Amino acid sequence: MPRRNDINKILIIGSGPIVIGQACEFDYSGSQSCRSLKEEGYEIVLINSNPATIMTDPIMADAIYMLPMTTDSIKEIVAKEKPDAVLPTMGGQTGLNLARDLEKEGFWKEHGIQIIGVDIDAVELTEDRQLFRDRMEEIGIEQCRSRQAHSLLDAKEIKEELGGLPIVIRPSFTMGGAGGGIVWSEEEFDQKVLYGLEMSPVHSVLIEESIFGWKEYELELLRDSNDNVVIICSIENMDPMGVHTGDSVTVAPTQTLTDKQLQILRNAAIKMMRSIGTFAGGCNVQFAMEPGTDRFVAIEINPRVSRSSALASKATGYPIAKVATKLAVGYTLDELDNQITGNTSACFEPSIDYVVCKVPRFNFDKFPGVDEELSTQMKAVGEVMSIGRNFPEALNKAWQSMEVGRDGLGADGYEEINRKTVRERLVKPYWDRSLQIRNAFKLGSSVDEIADITKVDPWFLQQIEYMVSLENRTEGKALGELTKEELYELKQAGFSDAQIAWLVSKSGEKVTDDQVRTYRLGLGLKSVFKVVDTCAAEFPAKTPYYYSAYEGENESIVSDRKKVVILGSGPNRIGQGIEFDYSCVHAVLAAKEMGYEAIMINCNPETVSTDFDFADKLYFEPVYWERVLDIIEHEQPEGVIIQVGGQTALKLGKRLVKAGIHIFGTAFERIDFAEDRGAFSDLLIRLDIPFPEYGTATDVEGALSIADRIGYPVLIRPSYVLGGQGMRIAVKQEELERYVANILKTHPENAFLIDKYLEQAIEVDVDSVYDGEQLHIAGMMQHIEPAGVHSGDSTAVIPPYSLSEEIQATIRAYQERIAEAMDIQGFLNVQYAVKDDKVYILEANPRTTRTIPFLAKATQRPEAAIGVKVMLGVKLSEFDLESKLTCWAIKEPVFPFDKFPGVKKELGPEMKSTGESIYFAQDFKDEHFRKPFEFKNLYLSK
Amino acid sequence: MALQPREKAILALSDGTVVHGFSVGYKGITGGELCFNTSMTGYQEIFTDPSYYGQLMMMTYPHIGNYGTMDRDDEHRKVMVAGVITRAFSHEFSNPLADRSLQQYLEDHKVVGISGVDTRALVRHIREKGVMNAVISSEELEPDVLVQKAIDWEPMEGLELATRVTRKEAQTFQPEGESRYRIAAFDYGIKRNIIQSFLARGCTLRVFPAQCSIDEVKAWNADGFFFSNGPGDPNPTGDYALEVVEFAKASGKPLFGICLGHQLMALSEGIEVGKMFVGHRGANQPVKNLKTGLVEISTQNHGFAVIEDSVTDDVAEVTHINLNDKSVEGLAFKRFPGFSVQYHPEASPGPHDSAYLFDQFVELMDKYKS
Repeated sequence: MPRRNDINKILIIGSGPIVIGQACEFDYSGSQSCRSLKEEGYEIVLINSNPATIMTDPIMADAIYMLPMTTDSIKEIVAKEKPDAVLPTMGGQTGLNLARDLEKEGFWKEHGIQIIGVDIDAVELTEDRQLFRDRMEEIGIEQCRSRQAHSLLDAKEIKEELGGLPIVIRPSFTMGGAGGGIVWSEEEFDQKVLYGLEMSPVHSVLIEESIFGWKEYELELLRDSNDNVVIICSIENMDPMGVHTGDSVTVAPTQTLTDKQLQILRNAAIKMMRSIGTFAGGCNVQFAMEPGTDRFVAIEINPRVSRSSALASKATGYPIAKVATKLAVGYTLDELDNQITGNTSACFEPSIDYVVCKVPRFNFDKFPGVDEELSTQMKAVGEVMSIGRNFPEALNKAWQSMEVGRDGLGADGYEEINRKTVRERLVKPYWDRSLQIRNAFKLGSSVDEIADITKVDPWFLQQIEYMVSLENRTEGKALGELTKEELYELKQAGFSDAQIAWLVSKSGEKVTDDQVRTYRLGLGLKSVFKVVDTCAAEFPAKTPYYYSAYEGENESIVSDRKKVVILGSGPNRIGQGIEFDYSCVHAVLAAKEMGYEAIMINCNPETVSTDFDFADKLYFEPVYWERVLDIIEHEQPEGVIIQVGGQTALKLGKRLVKAGIHIFGTAFERIDFAEDRGAFSDLLIRLDIPFPEYGTATDVEGALSIADRIGYPVLIRPSYVLGGQGMRIAVKQEELERYVANILKTHPENAFLIDKYLEQAIEVDVDSVYDGEQLHIAGMMQHIEPAGVHSGDSTAVIPPYSLSEEIQATIRAYQERIAEAMDIQGFLNVQYAVKDDKVYILEANPRTTRTIPFLAKATQRPEAAIGVKVMLGVKLSEFDLESKLTCWAIKEPVFPFDKFPGVKKELGPEMKSTGESIYFAQDFKDEHFRKPFEFKNLYLSK
Repeated sequence: MALQPREKAILALSDGTVVHGFSVGYKGITGGELCFNTSMTGYQEIFTDPSYYGQLMMMTYPHIGNYGTMDRDDEHRKVMVAGVITRAFSHEFSNPLADRSLQQYLEDHKVVGISGVDTRALVRHIREKGVMNAVISSEELEPDVLVQKAIDWEPMEGLELATRVTRKEAQTFQPEGESRYRIAAFDYGIKRNIIQSFLARGCTLRVFPAQCSIDEVKAWNADGFFFSNGPGDPNPTGDYALEVVEFAKASGKPLFGICLGHQLMALSEGIEVGKMFVGHRGANQPVKNLKTGLVEISTQNHGFAVIEDSVTDDVAEVTHINLNDKSVEGLAFKRFPGFSVQYHPEASPGPHDSAYLFDQFVELMDKYKS
């Protein structure tokens, strides 16, 4: 069936602010979906309250509503826009839940709106465990075996029948499943069963076999209205059952299933999708498989695009959201082309000739007291994906992408390996499990031992063991002793020059990564680039989507156009998330518009910047020095943009400059200068701009003497961090001592600052663009919470709601003075504190910020594009700089405290929010202003 | 996995391309037509598929050998490919059900292999230049000598290979439970899962060698005739096989053909079969059933194909096409009851979407059962 002509206007529901478990992957799917519908000539109405999304950019939809994600908002939009259909599958669980709630009210029917992309009943069925279980039983898909017990004796018999401990106990009809859980010992079993029998109003407990330690798999499906189904990707979790798939290291395609086993899962997945409805769209199915058997159980099914489908899209090159959207509006799979090859069918199952590895990124450091053990509730805030021609290469690249300061999977001199710690870290699942497995091998453990403790499939362990064997072979040799073959094998296994440098340094002489690079280039060993093409090279591909490898043939042909390389922001984490990717995408678009070939480097599979058709060339690679330099040396761009990719990109600046590579926009020395508080303060004195008293310290004594001089409370801040990492307010000496000791642990080489903390000051955050002549204020945001609460965690209001015209003028003057003095070309963000009508400068950042997308949405000016174009040489006079904001725009932060029970909600100079919404208020009576204003001082802590 | 000793091996193509790698499997020298398969699982089924007899099989997925090997995954009693080419061979494996590593298995079956080569570059090479012969050697390591050997290797076109893989004696297979149909199957290199697929549907099979006496076939008194997959050029195979096809057609009972069997049935109706530039080999090929409009993801493995223009309305109807290149994938014949497909509904490896074709044949036999 071709495109449906009975509908014209389609409402797309976005996913709202970024929270743990629902991040920018839904901007990726949402923007693909919008573009896909646009291609077909549909009118698009969109609701999403997240300003940092590409999908809410004016080019994406015909009418964009940045309203709170509530049924009331949707009703308001429907009344005005009267859409014919709603597509709720692109906005995560938020989108589905809103659609389901309105369905229950009969709202869609009442307004004659069709739900496309999903059967609304399927949402219910997949969210209700009992309904799901019943349906699976009906169609003969196995579930965990279980039986009801009415006595302890019953329970014991059932336990034996189900194969003994561990086993799961679920008391019947208790609130939230209270009294249930997995038990590991006989004693615990008796206790829990008796307790459960008592607690249960019907005095029965369900005894269920435990699938803890089973292997976990995910399949991504697409179905059309003719009931054709294809599996786009199969994914294997390296972490066995018990760890949320979002927190697991996952690998595509499956590595340890025979074809017969994989086909069992494929058949089951198709059967399951067909059993929950007849809708055309995407679906994700999860299975657990008992090791050493063909036995599997179905875990869950999600009738929508998901984090995994974003990953599957990036892993295979197949644009799942785009195709799912076309299917939702009537096309069948066989009518669509595979856009990657251009001339084969979209109705097929991608075959890949590389290994994809996803490693989640956590932010436990932000939440002291949080339980770091991984479980069935997701705790990761982001993820990286890496592509290699073998698993070791992909795994090393993933660790290079993570930005936890590592050069690969260990072998970089960071850990002292202690048998006891390694064992402790392996007995239970933690975020660094793959690294601890490496450490265990380093200590001489065997595959069997580690498999026994972790339940990780031995194949993965064998691969890590191989990596350690390579380490051991290299260790102790001098660089010059490494043969070309040995070095080639290391590089093929993904080892970075820095890791190799560390390994050969063990022979005594200190070797740098640069020396390794020179040595290997001398041997003719450099990376080549391969194409991600959905078909394992069976057909020629059109899309320029590359990854690096050490191989024979290079497929990335360098054009003769002028080029710019844009460095992405890596994995999402608190303080650096979707907002930077938003600017990256605009940097790509702006550079293209200006006639450059735009080359993107990034490793975050959730992002729009890594969508295959935004950049002219996409390198899905770690934003890691060696990999970036390899690409730059290959492409020979005119220069690099580092100001849009957060700290990830910025911190490569120094080495880029040293290597003689041009950086667009503000000179790197000036960017660096802003971090050097001493030099920067001298400049402020010269410019006659006040700043809080401060001092620079490198140890506890220094810090204490500064605090004595300037007086408590003081603010402690390390340099070169984003999101205020490690920043604290100390009100007395003991606190200061403690915080400083902590900082010295995590940032031993950095000097840090002790600032006088201005109590009860108003914080003002100003984003601007300077072209050498003119300053454009993108927005002056007044925070509701007092200075001391991180700007990312504050409720920010534009325009300022209580600053006098005089103060605003002072701020503008200061901003201009700084921009001129620092010779800014492009973005400049300055943060101010206003106390007793005096304006102080807190810090200056010559780069994009988290707030650029918020301001772009508030003012309806393309702020990111303006900044990037100025960096590339355009003058501000060429833009229409008029703001369209006629009321107050409020940036409302969203926090993850509900995901971390036991962690108190406290706000301070270290950022903790995961995302934000935008809200437009007409007056100050609006509760979106009133509420935060009322609570503005409540959570301020340290 | 501990470090593996890396002994040199060379892959030399008849066009002069020489690639260096490491020896896996048996040590020696081997040659054949270089082809590639894009299946990410099912290497053992592929290596034992008789349709690949005499070919050098390059797997596009890098890690091969991950789950070892086991009896139940053999499609034939012997390994059929002439050699194996991989990017990242797994010397160790993980699978409690397996009995041997792939390395051991290849050694036991005396199959020569090479690993550590840029398989992707080779796929792109063949894609551009077309299939060609090659040799793998871990003995002779002189490139010029090996290239010459590749040039001299017997070309696939015009090669009759079915008689080299077929069984010597006819053999009967009984289903568990009631037997409802009798099938005369012709083994040009029949895969084990084809036999299993019929047995599972209550059919008794008499599997005849590629060259067999018509009288014996006649004596079996079949309800239907099945022509199997197999290696090589169908044209020379037709020289002897068309006789049984004609006999089957004349019997008035239904016919079913897969792969080479499909080509033989087509040839017998005057339809032409030619060599393809690259061929289809993988488990992700989309086939559209023109009668139902539905698409099947299929396993394919062929270097020859029916030439579409030679299919005339009076003899057959094209029932299935490949969605990628629109080539003919299935035929329904008009002058006798029967149909055939170019791809592999028995899968193994690959998706099971096309298993309905076995049911369709059973239904057809039922209809013609007197």
